[in-house]
Amino acid sequence: MTLASGQKKEKLDRLGELAAVRDDEQGVSLWRDAFRRLRRNPAAIVGAIILALFVLVAIVGPFLVPYDPAAPIGVQDGVVRSGQGIIPGPSSDHWLGYDHQGRDEFSRLIAGSRQTLIVGVVSTLIGLTVGVLLGGLSGAAAGLGGRWGRWVDNILMRIVDMLLSVPGLLLAVSFAAILGPSPITVMIAVGAVSVPIFARLLRGSMIAQSNRDYVLAATSLGVRRWKIAISHVIPNSLAPVIVQATLTLATAIIEVAALSFLGLGTQVLGQPEWGLMLAEAQQYLGIRPALAIYPAVAIIITAFGFTLLGEAMREALDPKLRK
Amino acid sequence: MALLDVEDLSVTFQRRGQRTVHAVDGVSFSVDAGEVVALVGESGCGKSVTSLALMGLLPRRGAKVGGSANFDGTDLLAQDQRSMRDIRGRDVAMIFQDPLSSLNPVIPVGIQVTEVLVRHRGMSGDAARKEAAELLDRVGIPDPRRRLKEYPHQLSGGMRQRALIAIAVACRPRLLIADEPTTALDVTIQAQILELLKELVRDSNTALIMITHDLGVVAGMCDTINVLYAGRVVESAQRRELFAAPRHPYTVGLLRSIPRLDAGRGEKLTPIPGSVRDVLPWVEGCAFAPRCNRRIDACVGAPPAMVPTHTGHSYRCVNPVPVEEKQ
Repeated sequence: MTLASGQKKEKLDRLGELAAVRDDEQGVSLWRDAFRRLRRNPAAIVGAIILALFVLVAIVGPFLVPYDPAAPIGVQDGVVRSGQGIIPGPSSDHWLGYDHQGRDEFSRLIAGSRQTLIVGVVSTLIGLTVGVLLGGLSGAAAGLGGRWGRWVDNILMRIVDMLLSVPGLLLAVSFAAILGPSPITVMIAVGAVSVPIFARLLRGSMIAQSNRDYVLAATSLGVRRWKIAISHVIPNSLAPVIVQATLTLATAIIEVAALSFLGLGTQVLGQPEWGLMLAEAQQYLGIRPALAIYPAVAIIITAFGFTLLGEAMREALDPKLRK
Repeated sequence: MALLDVEDLSVTFQRRGQRTVHAVDGVSFSVDAGEVVALVGESGCGKSVTSLALMGLLPRRGAKVGGSANFDGTDLLAQDQRSMRDIRGRDVAMIFQDPLSSLNPVIPVGIQVTEVLVRHRGMSGDAARKEAAELLDRVGIPDPRRRLKEYPHQLSGGMRQRALIAIAVACRPRLLIADEPTTALDVTIQAQILELLKELVRDSNTALIMITHDLGVVAGMCDTINVLYAGRVVESAQRRELFAAPRHPYTVGLLRSIPRLDAGRGEKLTPIPGSVRDVLPWVEGCAFAPRCNRRIDACVGAPPAMVPTHTGHSYRCVNPVPVEEKQ
């Protein structure tokens, strides 16, 4: 998602520039420069391909599945009797066999990707938004705000510290317990876990940028402090936050699965979700371990894709590696 | 009365548990409209701190500023942050040493030029862009409309410094402070930038404070020269006078340590030994005494006072270099 919109923006920027200046061959901004280095990194390509496939499957997959992922076909046909330990494996009709309720496992896996993607992305966006607001305010206050600013920064950061001191999953579970199990709960809970990370990251980055010469130069021109924060400091501080967002997507997907596994996620009847599938497969590990392996592998591959791309972005944007 | 009168400016840095540092210790000078005044000295002599103090850009915690700086009726040192923000950029502007790090790397140059126009001259959109292009044109950047869309790293070093100057003069300030404006540039570009500054000062009758360690820069364009040592002015004179008859041993040392084309083959450069002491240098006598080859007993004990002469030339030395001795 981040990638897709990033590319689109990239393209728009490029088009805009080409339209404006034709002979500008070396129009390389920080981001375009990073993007060029990304393309040369095999890990980034692999990560991007995995993610592209994942997003594609999540978007069009549910329309193409061979069977209704919620329909207990196997039970209706009498081939699945999980009570007696009979869950048939892969066949030419059902590529990954049935699950314990006689539903087509392949269809469920495909359909589950959408849920996972939506929850993962939305929860990361929640975390990113709140984190950037908190961190941005705190960073601006600490870097440019004077004595009052330090107070604001202190208070905000202590709140963030409190969030940070609670283990992530415990925090998520507490949120889920307070709000009651639902997909929205999962999104908020997983988002809340990443808030302190984003906030701290942006704040630190902003404070570092606040001491740079161009901030002093802008100050020497009488530019107002909030304007300096918004138009000078934040744009220069966002790179690590964006990298972190990509990496957070990976953990968010795993955390969403974990919450579903604990029964705090999707409760809509029959709606497939990878973590939930994993939880359900637990009871039948002795009979059909593959039922646990499929969603697990799907989760791992997706998280791997996000991590690969995130790490590659970190490298591409690292100022130390830039010439 | 001069446009800017700096009277007894002092800046001390205090940190808990550490000794107080007197970065600037009673500096006085004045600048008239259209005049170029130089503050010259080696690293650590307080020249940059002086400029930051005048702009009100020193950190509010830890730095104590004393004295006064009367700028056309307002004391720059007594303004609060809010009114100082209105003065900065509009009446007093600054040009920094390193043009690359003084420009925001992720924003096109154009936006950085228009920012100050929007802030102080209330311009908007097209008017600001048009004015920005004219400004770039005025500082000698070719194809300004295209350059406005480019990022700082796409410009050459000289071009960046020109852009920075364009930003500084955007609101036609009455006082410009240039803090080592040519130090980060090639020698060939240096001359062009100095020429540009000279032109701007001449055309718009701007006062310019030139902060530099480079006496070559000073010789080319400054009217009055103040030599700083360890936070105090040690010699102050008109340009011709200072180069023809330097009196303070430190100034003489500076002049002797510059390579000259017209020096004989066998002649060696004479460096000044040692470096600046940073803690209370002037309390036990002349701060330059430990490095001075004309040191006498009177140098130690009480700090020397400024000795004025009838030509407006003054120096802070009890055993000045005789006029004839200058080679």
